[in-house]
Formats: sequence, structure tokens, C-alpha cells
Amino acid sequence: MADSGAPLLSLRGINKSFGPVHVLRDVDLDVRAGRVTALVGDNGAGKSTLIKGIAGIYPFESGQITFEGKPVSISGPKQANDLGIEVVYQDLALCDNLDVVHNMFLGREVKSGVTLNETDMEKRAGETLKGLSVRTLKSLRQQVSSLSGGQRQTVAIARAVLWNSKLVILDEPTAALGVAQTEQVLNLVRRLADNGLGVILISHNMNDVQAVADDVACLYLGQMAAQVDKEQVSSQQVVELITTGRSGDIGLQPETTMGGAA
Amino acid sequence: MSTQVTEVDIPAAGDIGGIGQAVRDYWARVRGGDIGSLPAVLGLIALVILFGALEGSTFLSIFNFANLINQSAAIIVLAMGLVFVLLLGEIDLSAGFAAGTCAAVLAVALNSWGLAWPVALLAALLTGAVIGLVIGNLVARLGIPSFVVTLAMFLALQGAMLLIIGEGGTIPIRSEAILVIMNGNMSVVAGWVLAAVIVGGFALTTLLAIGRRRKAGLAAEAMSVWAIKVIALAVLIFVATYLLNQERQLPTAKVVIQGVPWVVVVILVLLVGLTFILQRTGFGRHVYAVGGNREAARRAGINVKGLMITCFIFCSTLAAVAGVLLASRDNSVSPTTGGAQTLLFAVGAAVIGGTSLFGGRGKIRDAVIGGLVIAVIANGLPLITQQSGIQFIVTGLVLLVAASVDAISRRRAASTGR
Repeated sequence: MADSGAPLLSLRGINKSFGPVHVLRDVDLDVRAGRVTALVGDNGAGKSTLIKGIAGIYPFESGQITFEGKPVSISGPKQANDLGIEVVYQDLALCDNLDVVHNMFLGREVKSGVTLNETDMEKRAGETLKGLSVRTLKSLRQQVSSLSGGQRQTVAIARAVLWNSKLVILDEPTAALGVAQTEQVLNLVRRLADNGLGVILISHNMNDVQAVADDVACLYLGQMAAQVDKEQVSSQQVVELITTGRSGDIGLQPETTMGGAA
Repeated sequence: MSTQVTEVDIPAAGDIGGIGQAVRDYWARVRGGDIGSLPAVLGLIALVILFGALEGSTFLSIFNFANLINQSAAIIVLAMGLVFVLLLGEIDLSAGFAAGTCAAVLAVALNSWGLAWPVALLAALLTGAVIGLVIGNLVARLGIPSFVVTLAMFLALQGAMLLIIGEGGTIPIRSEAILVIMNGNMSVVAGWVLAAVIVGGFALTTLLAIGRRRKAGLAAEAMSVWAIKVIALAVLIFVATYLLNQERQLPTAKVVIQGVPWVVVVILVLLVGLTFILQRTGFGRHVYAVGGNREAARRAGINVKGLMITCFIFCSTLAAVAGVLLASRDNSVSPTTGGAQTLLFAVGAAVIGGTSLFGGRGKIRDAVIGGLVIAVIANGLPLITQQSGIQFIVTGLVLLVAASVDAISRRRAASTGR
């Protein structure tokens, strides 16, 4: 492994089945603060299942989760949020008819008495976006319906980091974006990590992985084929890991049933 | 790095530019599909000019102006309730007969049970709340489409109303307190005081809001824009008050009829109170969120079902208020109270005013503006043509136009994402 510091999130021996289908098999994963961990794998490799388990959508059957050095169990989305884990889903879950500030604080509005404290919310939203060096929004009071895909993604990510979150999980944030907007969002992902957050980036796009990832974790048919420092592997090797589960001496070896990290 | 125009840093401290900037911003919002009440206001002005030109002496008479308020009051209140339900993207077809049923409860409570008017009023409002609770539970918990639930309630409430009213057919209302709502007027002085309070209250609250934003270092509305808004409201309110304070009885009659009708106070209180709930509280924000993206609201931890039930309760309770207004206006309750086109007029009022049938967009004030449009049509058309067939067709067309504007502006809003 690349970094010597203790990982922010550490999964060991995670298993999950849906009925007879064994989706995750003894999966290990380490996510370090300040680094972008790209989670790659073909369709059906178990990426979403792994993410949803971390987010508390459903529990893992066995395995250990260690967050900030302490063993934790995540039994619901609320608990994940309380730990500082936020997920930005692919569909973003924004309300088109509300403005940027309203969306960022949706469900967690700041109130003074019974009334909403708009000035406070707008200030905090502005500070968060400033902290992420976002300059592409004209106004915090414009409706989300008037935003471009990249700007929406920005708002969704900013909402995730608003709550002193420590780990942000992004599910294919660039899937629906054009070239310029993809770059914009990837820059933002980079800044999240530079600000000291742990980031898990699910992506199918090797360019994205090459552009922002520090670590690459590759799932292959429910097993963690390898988690390696990006510097140690080429794009070609990552593709091999995704498609066959191994690349040279990295990945799942035929003789050993379970492959660990390289 | 991007194709976007990168504007200045987001929270541009200081004030947003002057009047020109405000007009440009507004126009940009309208073009972006956030059209609001603009068509309704323009339509209202056009209709008043049209009817005024064709039938000036009758339509523009001071008596008719007060009459307009009387005709529109119940529709406006009913439409206010419908705004809550429409914001969710739902519909309540039973609101008209909910109004009738609650009016019947009021009449029976006053006459047969001999209850004091405040108790009878409370009983009517509670009936409305219970109707809303039932509808809300069927829609939110059982998951029956609101169209079907309220269509069933539309029939059932009609029956309930017949049973409550009983054989007689019509129950007279004799309670002075109830009758005065639609038939009584404030004194001239009280009318002016009310006007001053409205304008002063608006000026003060908006000024305080600007002050708060400035103190927090956020971009605030320019003072020139604020002044124009206050002056415009003041002109509108004071002209209306002046007109209502004129003597409007025929010269031959001996009694004097002048002053602002009491029902205006009812509508104003509801307008301010409900607007506060929808725009300034967490509940209101969540109503818009559920209407905009139900799944997003659910994931944000909002109790979607509870919120929907609450909205249906708001709708039916406001329908009860509308029922009381109808009973007060007609001096009686009959099986037709709240029937006929009452509901369609109310839905039309909300939609014409700018509330979207698709959910997530709309304000309480839409009900007032749209209700006035409906009342002007209902009031002005009979002066031009006696054929009720034409009146129905015109009203139907106006509703269609409003719904088209809604649908088009929604498409626009969806396509302007840059």
C-alpha cells in the first residue's frame, strides 16, 4: 500500500449475498483521508453493493468495518451520515424547483424558531462552495432546473461536504457529462481529497481514473482483485484487472483462491 | 477550463444592481420558464380593459367592484387549499363538496343543535380536517391515486351533504356573526387603517430582510427596487380602499353601503398566514421538495407520507372556510352549495394564477390573482352575452390557456438547463 497512515475507512472480509447469489466475497478495502480511491469493476462486479453497504442502505453479512480506527457497524443511512459518510448517487437527488441553497440544506434546514434561517444557510452554502473553489455558479439563489449537468453535480457534491463529512462516495459522477464539465467535476473531486476528505470514486471511465485517482481498487466477480497505488499500474493493467481479475503478478492468481493487494 | 461563463465569485457581497438589473433578472426568470403570475396579471388587466370598454358603466361601477370581491372570495379560499395539494402534484376534486358538507354541518349546528356560532364554526372546520385526514391517508398510505380517491369523495360527500341537510332542502343561516363576513363592511376609518397596516407591514418586513442580508454580507435587493415595490403596493392598496370606501348604493336607496368588506380581512389573514407557512417554514420547504422530486425528498429524510396527509388536511380545512363563506353569502345552505362549477373554478383559479398542475411550483397569492380573473370573467361575461353556453365555453377556454401556459413553461424550464 502506498500510504503509511492508518486508513480512514477499512473493510475486512466483507461478505454479502442476495439469496443464492454471493455478490461480495471476502472483500477488503482501504480508503485513506486525502486520497481518491477509484473503485472500478465491470457491471455486476459488486461495486454498487459495496457502496450501499457502506452507506447503510443494507447491512453486510459478515466482515469488519473500521472507521477512523474504531470498529463500527453501519445499520442505516442515518448512522452513516452521523459517522460523516455521504453518498452522491448517480441521479443526484436534487429538487429542480428549489434553488441551490435549498437543495444543499434539504431535510437539514437551519431554523431560528419556526422560520427558516435563509441568511445563515446561504452564508454556509457560499462558504462551502468557496472552500471547493467553485466559481461556475452565477447565483446561489438560482433554481437547480436552470443549471447544467456539471453544475448540478457540483451542487450535489457540495451538499455532501457541507456536513463536516469525512468520506464522500461518488457514484459515476461524470457519466452524463460532456468533456468540459467532466473536467470541472474531476477538479472538484480532486479538491475534496486535497481538503483532507476520503473519496471513493466509482467510475467506468479509465480517463477519469487516470486523471484523479490515487488508489485503484478493482472488483472482479465479487472479489477484490487488487487495490494498488495508481502510479504502479498502467491503464492497460487496470483494464485487464477489470476484465480478467488479474494482470501479470497483480490480481487474483489462479493458484491462490483469494488474491490480496499487490 | 469550462464552457460556462465563469461569473464573479458566488456570494457577491454588496447589493444587486439597481432597477435595470432587477427587471433583467425577472425577465431572465420568465424566459427560463419561471413565469409565475405574470400571465394572470396581464390577463386580469386585459379583461378589465375589455369589459370596461364594452360595458363600462355597469362593469366599472363601484358597486360591481365590491361585488367582484364577494363573488371571488369562496373560490379564492378554495383555491388556496388546492395550492397545497397541487404543489405535491396531486389533485382534490372533492374540495367543492367538502365546502358544501362543512357548510351543512355549520348550518345544522347553528339551527338544529342550537350551538353558539364559534362552536358551530369549529365543528365545520373540524369536519373539513377529518375529510382531509381520510383523503390523505387513502392517498399517502394506501397509495390510491388522489384523482380516484377524491372523485369517490366527490360523490360520497355530495350524499353526506344531502343526508345532513335532510328533507327541508335549504337551511337558512341566521347567525349575525356568520352573515357579517360576506355581507358586512368595515367602517371607512378602519378600512384606511387596514390599508396603512398592510403597506407598512410589507415595507417593514422587506426592509428588515434586506438589513439582515446586508449584515450577513450577502447580496441584497437594491433600495430603489424595494422602494418601487412598496410604492406599487401602496398605490394598489390605497386605490382599492378608496374605491371600496365610496358609497355604492343606488342613489334612491336610503341605507348607506360603503367600506371594505369584512371578507377581505379573512382573505388577507389567510394570504399572509399561509404564505408564511409555505415560504418561511421547514414544512413549507418540504412541500415544495416533495412536489419537485419525491424520491429526493424521501432520501433527504423528509416524512413524505405525513407531509402529504397534512397537505390534504390543509386543503379540506380551507374548503370548510370556503363553505362558511358560501353559507354567509347565500344566507343559507342548500344541496347546491359548493356544487356546480365551484371546484372547477377553484382549480382554474390556482392554475390561472400560476400554480403548476405538475407539482412543485405555485404560491398562495396565485389563488387570489387567479380567483379574481375567474370572478371577472364570471361577472363581466353576463353583461355582454346572456347565453350561458358561451360563458361556459369561455371559462373552459381560459382554463385551457392557463394549463397550456403551465405545460409550456414547464417544458421551457426543463430545456433551459445550460
